[in-house]
Amino acid sequence: MMAAKKPSQLWRTTKNIALGGLAWLIALAFFFPIAWMISSGFKTENEAFATPPVIIFQPIFDNFSTALAKYAPALTNSLIAALGSTLLSFLLGLPAAFSMVFYPDARSRSTLLWIVSTKMMPPVGVIVPLYLIFKDLQLLDNIFGLTLMYTTMNLPLVIWMMHSYLSEIPMEILEAARVDGASLQHEFLRIAMPLAAPGIASTALLCIIFAWNEAFFALNLTNVDAAPLSVYISGFKTTQGLFWAGLSAAATLVILPVMAFGWSAQRQLVQGLTMGAVK
Amino acid sequence: MTFQERSLKKNANRGRTSRLPALWLLAPALGYLIITTQVPFIMTIYYSLFRYSLVDPFKRPFIGLENYLTLFTDPLSIPILINTLVLVLSVIFLTVIFGAALALLFNRPFFGRNVARTLLIGPFFIMPVITALIWKNSLLNPVFGLFGMASRALGFEAVDWLERYPMLSIIMMVTWEWTPFALLILLTSLQSLPTDQLEAARLDGASQLQEFWYIVLPHWTRAFEVVVLLEAIFILQIYGEIYIATSGGPGLATTNLPYFIFQKAFGEYSIGMASAAGVIAVIIANIITALFLRLVNRNVVTEVKS
Repeated sequence: MMAAKKPSQLWRTTKNIALGGLAWLIALAFFFPIAWMISSGFKTENEAFATPPVIIFQPIFDNFSTALAKYAPALTNSLIAALGSTLLSFLLGLPAAFSMVFYPDARSRSTLLWIVSTKMMPPVGVIVPLYLIFKDLQLLDNIFGLTLMYTTMNLPLVIWMMHSYLSEIPMEILEAARVDGASLQHEFLRIAMPLAAPGIASTALLCIIFAWNEAFFALNLTNVDAAPLSVYISGFKTTQGLFWAGLSAAATLVILPVMAFGWSAQRQLVQGLTMGAVK
Repeated sequence: MTFQERSLKKNANRGRTSRLPALWLLAPALGYLIITTQVPFIMTIYYSLFRYSLVDPFKRPFIGLENYLTLFTDPLSIPILINTLVLVLSVIFLTVIFGAALALLFNRPFFGRNVARTLLIGPFFIMPVITALIWKNSLLNPVFGLFGMASRALGFEAVDWLERYPMLSIIMMVTWEWTPFALLILLTSLQSLPTDQLEAARLDGASQLQEFWYIVLPHWTRAFEVVVLLEAIFILQIYGEIYIATSGGPGLATTNLPYFIFQKAFGEYSIGMASAAGVIAVIIANIITALFLRLVNRNVVTEVKS
């Protein structure tokens, strides 16, 4: 009975190879448009939109050096906005998460849920007044204005992630410190921060990715001076094939660091995206 | 009992002596979020009650709910609501199906599985603006796009996708971006499936179909809920892809709620109308968020108990 039910070894091996092959095929199909774009960055403009497509070609590197020079101002803006907002989110978020974990009260949980809910607020619900306020405060087309909005976007994520990392600190460590009369600064700087360091690193990667890729606030609140990469690249929306090789090289430089960050923070990504609703 | 729980109890016994540091550590973050999200949203509600145009900003009569009435009765706003719904629902449907199938596939051991998964989730990290440019230029363009070239090579006419099937093109693009998201979450959930349950079922001679139906699917319910709710929230906000690929057109064919608000506010300068549409977008998002928070809250509770 059991033997009859069991499929033969040969059948099982064939099935495993076939399903593994299928998985690879789909993965390659999904990655193909990205790989094609990266390869276009190494082509001349004529090769990049030749019909039929050029598959074997002599790679050139000019596009990348040109892109680096031309995109330098946008790159600087993106770096300021992504790194600045991440730093500011941690300055505000770390003490907040610390307070909710180490000095909780009856309202801590609902406060935390409210903070998570602000992450879900659609930007279109606030963009009109923000635009008008920014105009009055001279923050339009100002990279610090954009940094402030990216902080709003990333602060709930930082608080949420830090809350769950700090919650894992064993209470014995803290109670021992408190018995020894540790000050608040000591608890925060000497106990909480070192233990949360790995969490800080991966959460920072997520914040940088989200700020780097953001387009809505960027397109509506900046124009020329403060334009980050997403806005600068949007400027090519009507070119239709012209400059495609150059644009591909630039886009490659834009996506590579983020993809590297994303791939290295895959585990935290699920926790950060779902706010811990799936483990 | 965790530290949090014990500390909660202590606080209850000792009164509010330790509240002081808690408050001043929390206040800056809370203040920041209130100023940058709640205050502008209240202003959005306020503006939505006026006929307010930046063309003539000093004349803004109070008109009550007229902007909302216009939104719900104007025949032009019906396609926008339909577009928004079609985009959200079809992307959710497609990404959940693809994500589930891929999660099952990637839960099996095979050669180079981690590398393959890493390649597969690549699209999720691409800047949406670049995603739209890749699709528009190198895939969908009828002259030098790869889809067009492939159909010509097979003897068919090349299709101008963005012109002929604009919404379908946007759906394909966004599905490509968000399938990795569904895959990641469903795979994470699948990997936390207790192996003893599966082994017990196998010992009892359950078929693979029975295994899937009675063990995998019930375990997956929560992850499905999370994928559906989060995608609903984020795909309702899709903007960059449409801005780049179609600018909402042709006509209104791909104009969704965010793009409509952008056009009203920054194309036509009708602040009142854009604000009313913004309020509607926030109400829809809040309903979905409330459902989502119930799931998060359940997890916070179990975390404290364990």
